[in-house]
Amino acid sequence: MEDAMSKMQNSKTQGRKTQNAIALPILLALTCGLVLASQPYQKVFAQQPVPTPSDDQVNQIAHQLYCPVCEDTPLDVCPTEACRQWRDLIRQQLSQGWTEQQIKQYFVQQYGVRVLDEPPQTGLNWLIYILPPVIILAGAFILFRALRMWTKPGSASAASGSKDETVKDEYVARFEEELKKRK
Amino acid sequence: MNESTLSTPRRGVPLWAQIIIWVSLLALLGIVAVELNRSQQGQVGRGDKISNFTMPLFSGYELNGQNQFNLADYHGKVVMVNFWASWCKPCEQEAADLEQAWQFYRSDGRVVFVGVDYVDTEPKARAYLAKFSITFPNGPDLGTRVSQLFRIKGVPETYFIDPQGILQYAQIGPFSSVDDIKSIINPLLK
Repeated sequence: MEDAMSKMQNSKTQGRKTQNAIALPILLALTCGLVLASQPYQKVFAQQPVPTPSDDQVNQIAHQLYCPVCEDTPLDVCPTEACRQWRDLIRQQLSQGWTEQQIKQYFVQQYGVRVLDEPPQTGLNWLIYILPPVIILAGAFILFRALRMWTKPGSASAASGSKDETVKDEYVARFEEELKKRK
Repeated sequence: MNESTLSTPRRGVPLWAQIIIWVSLLALLGIVAVELNRSQQGQVGRGDKISNFTMPLFSGYELNGQNQFNLADYHGKVVMVNFWASWCKPCEQEAADLEQAWQFYRSDGRVVFVGVDYVDTEPKARAYLAKFSITFPNGPDLGTRVSQLFRIKGVPETYFIDPQGILQYAQIGPFSSVDDIKSIINPLLK
């Protein structure tokens, strides 16, 4: 009987050991699974090709540039091979994610500031921006003063009148002098 | 009465303003004159001393292992400066002749060729150099500084500088043969 009891006890202990041996790895696996599941996973999308920039996008930048070969013709409408190559380069740079400013800077570095439609506001270039408004303002001021002088009542006649009066005075003085002599 | 007439204050632009206006006007005229003179100068001519210039060289087209061309480093040698561009059709006419001439003179060591790529894009320029198997030093004309120094009017244009740094010949347009090039360089080597 005791043997039977001890056998049962042993088998229970054995069963617990077996249960523990199975449960522990399952628990560990679950823990690992939970830890992994709690980690933010990185979404992976199918890579989309970068859209080719449209002609309008290219021309928007090209319009602000001038090729030194074809003076006075903006790059967007210039028909030469050199300008076509430049437009291709702009398209390529846009498709690589370059900004408008970066592209313009590249062209200035490569070909000089004369490629820009608007000269940078540095050095003597300031004259281009300052002189026209200054000349216009000065001209308007001079015109305003001249108009005011011309339209001022009696200003012209006053000047000539005083002269007449001077002449008249001299004449009257001489006339009176002559009269006195005759008397 | 006469006194009152004489003492009437004179109205007009003050003297200081007149001085400023005239000085500004003269300064402006000076700037216009200098700029006009510069634009009317035309190309550099025979007998002109060529100012020193530097330019970068394309990788694979260096000179003596240096990726920068400095004219002053080649004082005592004949220097040929060729302006070209990949979009320039007449340049293609002379490309092979220039390379042939370079192969003729390169071992001599007394002649230096340098190609200046004018207003071009690098990929196209490289394709052009590869197409004509050009090996002599070449580089981009960054900021069009070199072409402005020579005051070129177009491409191709080629300038021959003697060992004293004096311009001896300017070829406007393409060469018609290798002999054309040799006939210019050989007298400069004597």
